[in-house]
Amino acid sequence: MAEKIKLIRQDKIFYTIVYAIITLLTISVLYPIIYVLSSSFSSGTAVSTGQVVLFPVDFSVEGYKRVFEYERVWMGYRNTIFYTIVGTINNVFMTLICAYPLSRRELPGRKGFMAYFVFTMYFSGGMIPNYLLMRDIGYINTIWVMIMPGAFSVYQMIVTRTFINSTIPYEMLEATKIDGCSDFRYFTMFVIPLSKAIIAVLTLQYAVGHWNAYFGAMIYLTNKNLFPLQVFLREILVMNQIQPSDFTDEETRMIMQGMADLLKYALIVVATFPIMCFYPFIQKYFVQGIMIGSLKG
Amino acid sequence: MLSKFTRAIRRHWQLYLFLLLPAVYIGIFAYYPMTGVQLAFKKFDYNLGIWGSPWVGFEQFRKFFSNYMFERVMTNTIRISVLGTIAGFPVPIIFALCLNCVFHLRYKRTVQTITYMPHFISTVVMVGILKQFFHPRVGVYGIFYTMFTGATAGDLFASPSAFDPLYIFSGIWQGFGWGSILYLAALSGVSPELHEAAMIDGATRFQRVHYVDIPAIMPTIIITLIMSIGSLLGVGFEKIFLMQTDMNMRVSEVISTYVYKRGLGSGGNSDYAFSTAVGLFNNVVNLILLITVNKIASMVSETSLW
Repeated sequence: MAEKIKLIRQDKIFYTIVYAIITLLTISVLYPIIYVLSSSFSSGTAVSTGQVVLFPVDFSVEGYKRVFEYERVWMGYRNTIFYTIVGTINNVFMTLICAYPLSRRELPGRKGFMAYFVFTMYFSGGMIPNYLLMRDIGYINTIWVMIMPGAFSVYQMIVTRTFINSTIPYEMLEATKIDGCSDFRYFTMFVIPLSKAIIAVLTLQYAVGHWNAYFGAMIYLTNKNLFPLQVFLREILVMNQIQPSDFTDEETRMIMQGMADLLKYALIVVATFPIMCFYPFIQKYFVQGIMIGSLKG
Repeated sequence: MLSKFTRAIRRHWQLYLFLLLPAVYIGIFAYYPMTGVQLAFKKFDYNLGIWGSPWVGFEQFRKFFSNYMFERVMTNTIRISVLGTIAGFPVPIIFALCLNCVFHLRYKRTVQTITYMPHFISTVVMVGILKQFFHPRVGVYGIFYTMFTGATAGDLFASPSAFDPLYIFSGIWQGFGWGSILYLAALSGVSPELHEAAMIDGATRFQRVHYVDIPAIMPTIIITLIMSIGSLLGVGFEKIFLMQTDMNMRVSEVISTYVYKRGLGSGGNSDYAFSTAVGLFNNVVNLILLITVNKIASMVSETSLW
C-alpha cells in the first residue's frame, strides 16, 4: 500500500514536469505569432513607438488597407497563385505516373529505374550548371522556370510508391488483369481513386513548396512582372525596400514612412494567411504523409 | 537476352510509357546539369560554353583551398551545422516523448496544431518575423531591453555574436513541432501490452518512458541523426542568405552562400568555374559523409538508410 502511494506521487511529479514542458514550448511557439497578429491590427503610431507587446493597441486595420493599396503585392499574389496551381498539378501528375510503375514489383528493370531516380537525391550538378541549363533552354525570365525545374521530388515519389504498395492489394490487379484490364485503365480506374489520401498529401506538400519558394525566382527572374509574392516580401521585409512610388496615392506616399513597420506586420499575415487557413483542416494528411514516408519501402 | 528484353517491353509497354516522362524529365533537369560539373576543372569562356572551355585540371580547387575564404566558409558552415544539430536535435525527441505522455487528448491535439504551424511559414516571412521581433525599437526584444536597462537595444542583425543563436533558435522554433511527428509515429507503434506489462511490474511512467518508449524510437533517432550528419555541409542557403548583413558576414558566410555569390552574385567578380568547383567540393564531401556515417551506423546498430 505504501509503495502504491509512492508510485502515484512519483508519477504526479513526472506528469507535472511533462505538462509544464509541453505548455512552455507551446506558449513559446504561440507568442511570436500572437505578437505579429496583434501588431498588424494596431495603429501605426502604436507600433512605431513600441507599445505592442501582447494585444493590439489602438485597434485598426490601417496596415491591411495599406497592404491592399500596394500594387506589387497584388501582382505577386497573382503570380504566386498561378505558379502554385500550375506547378502543383504538374508535380502531382509526374509523381503519380512515376510512382505507380515503380510500385509494380514484377516490372523488369524496376531496380535500375529506382537507382536512376534515387541517385539524384544525393548528388546534383550544383547552382551554376543548373543556371547555365536554364539559360541554354531559354527558361530565364519565363514562367516555365517557376514551374518546370524541380517538377517532382524523388522523395515524394518514394513515399507515394510505398503508399501504393501498402494500401492497394496486389490481388486486385490480378483479378482485373484476368478480366482484360490494361495498365492504363487500371491506373485511372483503380489506383487513382484509391490513392486519394496520398494525392491530398502530395498536393499540399507541393503547393506549400511553391507558395513559399523564393530562391529560383531570385536567380532566374529579373522581370518584375513575373515575381512571385515571396520575392517582393524579401524586398520589403528583409531588404527594407519600400518604394513610395509604388503608391498611386499622394497622401499614402507621405505617411508611408511611419507606416512601414505596420505594413510589414500586415504583409506577414497576408502572405501566410492562405496556408494557415487551410492547414488545420489538412493537418492530418500532412501527418499521414510523414508517417508513410517513415516506413521503409 | 534480347528476346527477354523485347518480351518485357511488349508485356509492360504501358508501364514503361508512364516512366518515360519522369525519366526524361530527370535526365534533363538532374542528370544533364551533372555534366556541367566538368566546369570545375575548366576555365569558363563565355563564347565557348561549358563543353568548349579549356581544361585547367585542379586549378579552381587549388584557388579555393588557398583562398582565405576557404577557412572562413568551412569553419562557419561546420560551426553552424554542429551547433544547430546539438541544440536542435534533442528538442523534437523530448517534445514527442512528453506529448506521448499527455492523456488529455484535446489538449494534445491543440498543442500539435499550434506547434506544427511555424513549419509552414516561408523562409522569407520567417526572417521577416525575426527582424521585426528583434527590432531594437519596435520589436519585443527592443521594448523589453529598454524597459529593463533604460537604454536602446543594439541591432542584433548587425552583431556577429548574435547570428548563431538567432539562426539556431529560430530554426528550433520553426521545426521542433513538425520534427516530432516522426517520433510520435514511431511511439504510436509501441504495443500497449509492453506498457501494461511494465505497469504490472510496478514501473513508474518515467521508467516506462526510459525502458519502453525510448528504445522504441531509437531506430528513428539513428536514421534522423545519420541524415543530419550526412548533410553537415548542406547548411541551408535560403535562411542564412536572408539573415546576412554586411556586419555579420564574417560569421555568416557559408559554403552555399559563397557559391551563390561567386557564381551569380552581383559583385562583378562572378566566376562560373570557380563557383562550380566550390559547389562540387561541397557535394562530394556531403556524399562521402553520408555514406560513411551510414556505414558506421549500420555496423553498430543494424539501422541504416539503405
